[in-house]
Amino acid sequence: MKYLSTQGLKREANKVRQDVIKMITSVGSGHPGGSLGIVDVMVALYFRIMNHNPDKPNWKDRDRLILSSGHTCPAQYAALAHAGYFVSTKLSKLRKLGSPLQGHPEKGKLPGIETTSGPLGCGLAQAVGIALAARMDDARFRIFCITSDGEHDSGNHWEAVMAANKYKLSNLTLFVDRNRIQIDGPTEEVMPLDPLVEKYKAFGWHVLEIDGHNFEEIIKASDEARACYQGPTAIIAKIVPGKGVSFMEGDFRWHGKAPSPEEAKQALKELVDEEKSYGRK
Amino acid sequence: MKRKVMEENKSTREGFGEGLIEVGEKNPDVVVLTADLRDSTKVSKFAKKFPNRFFDAGVAEQSLVTIASGMANYGKIPVVTSFAVFVPGRCLEQIRTTIAINNFPVIIVGSHTGFSAGLDGATHQALEDIATMRTIPNMTVVTPCDFYEAKKAIVEAVSLGGPVYLRLERDATPIITKEDSKFKIGKIDTLKDVKDPQVALIATGPILSEVLTAASRLEKNGISSLVLNCHTIKPLDTQAIIHAAKIAGAVVTIEVHQKAGGLGSAVTELLSQNFPIPVGIVGVRDLFGESGKPDELLKKHGLTAEGIIKKVKEVITRKNN
Repeated sequence: MKYLSTQGLKREANKVRQDVIKMITSVGSGHPGGSLGIVDVMVALYFRIMNHNPDKPNWKDRDRLILSSGHTCPAQYAALAHAGYFVSTKLSKLRKLGSPLQGHPEKGKLPGIETTSGPLGCGLAQAVGIALAARMDDARFRIFCITSDGEHDSGNHWEAVMAANKYKLSNLTLFVDRNRIQIDGPTEEVMPLDPLVEKYKAFGWHVLEIDGHNFEEIIKASDEARACYQGPTAIIAKIVPGKGVSFMEGDFRWHGKAPSPEEAKQALKELVDEEKSYGRK
Repeated sequence: MKRKVMEENKSTREGFGEGLIEVGEKNPDVVVLTADLRDSTKVSKFAKKFPNRFFDAGVAEQSLVTIASGMANYGKIPVVTSFAVFVPGRCLEQIRTTIAINNFPVIIVGSHTGFSAGLDGATHQALEDIATMRTIPNMTVVTPCDFYEAKKAIVEAVSLGGPVYLRLERDATPIITKEDSKFKIGKIDTLKDVKDPQVALIATGPILSEVLTAASRLEKNGISSLVLNCHTIKPLDTQAIIHAAKIAGAVVTIEVHQKAGGLGSAVTELLSQNFPIPVGIVGVRDLFGESGKPDELLKKHGLTAEGIIKKVKEVITRKNN
């Protein structure tokens, strides 16, 4: 896998965001808010943190990413395509009949997709299962999981939080997409989650809190999680939903609504302007 | 003097527990997970013998099956156990999403089904589990009829390469098959064959001992019947069922489960579209159970030889009209 510098990660994230807008607009359906928000964590994982090989997607010792919040898959699809798992032209097939790019990811349809997900709250438990099985076989790879904050409403998630602590799964790193919104509104109004850091601490986890758009912080936190041998690490990543598109940022109404062609044009203009501001390579 | 000794009654959950030790020895990839029910679901022997391959998820059925999904994702063959009201009852969506859509080889073991959790009352009596599980694509659904069959069922289930639901009972029930009887998931086992049957009795699970009693009483009254052990509800042995329907001209299905969605539904779905003949369904009629001894509850719901005979007579009348 080709690893990118921090500047390279920024460029890559911008390109992924442009693809996210194009994909969702093309089919007129999808989740732009969460997808745009998680892009930086996703890009850092595929282009810096994870040990993986797009030419051998089923390589037994690859690091694994379980995307629990499956609705943000446009970000993962674009990152996988850019990393070389499949050709980028496939991205335009999102959510279309017969496409491997399902509305929510399905294992087996697309290389690099580790499980079927979307129904919330059950991704961490799957990551726990992989981590336990890997330890049984003395496998050395790491397991990463991305969850939204909204899915912390689910009992299944907290059951897994307890299990990960019981078995002291230090090979497991959880990113919590703390964007503070869910479908019905702000998380603290729908079902209060704070103080989330303290909750994870009380459940026996090693906890880090970072800016989910700062690559240095994302990478440093992952390194710290790798170095922690006592148990699992939760990285609470403060994230701006809709990041990179001014009129989507922080607005829960963009959770599951596709932009109109005009809105998409405006969004892409902002992202292209941002790209230009990085200067030449 | 040689004397045939009747075998002592044993439960299907015990048969499963014994078979599990056998597969554990043969296949190091088999792992077992339970939700705080290791003794009740007969996995404590496995836990003692293979402590590194045993996991207790606590009273957390959703994480039980999703952790199992993760283990299967990596390459293990997890066997998850609980009472059927809880697994699949409490975690159906997780089974559907993370096990069935992925087509992972997870063996889902639901114990204490039917009225076998009698004294515990309606909350603990699983009467809907066949219906929910058999509508899920990729899922195989098996109800062993006795101790030996349960033992064989777990041995074969782990080799299928996909998700399997194994439906067990709590109480000791008569041994109907033999230790060396042939068993194959998806293949009906004929327990009683006759030349010119007037009815085919198709049943699943330990209730088959009552079905055999009904068949011999019917015979004394001049009504000959086939008895088919339909241990696998999905995939259904369509060939054997259509053949039985053709030679008998009438069918009665028997199961300790709601009439809606169970074996009776599966058989009528098949026959109504392929060889429509009179069919009677013996099962629970859209009711919950209550506290009571299993025998008392079976009797109350007509799941006895008498109830079966009554249904047979009714179906034969329809056939002859």
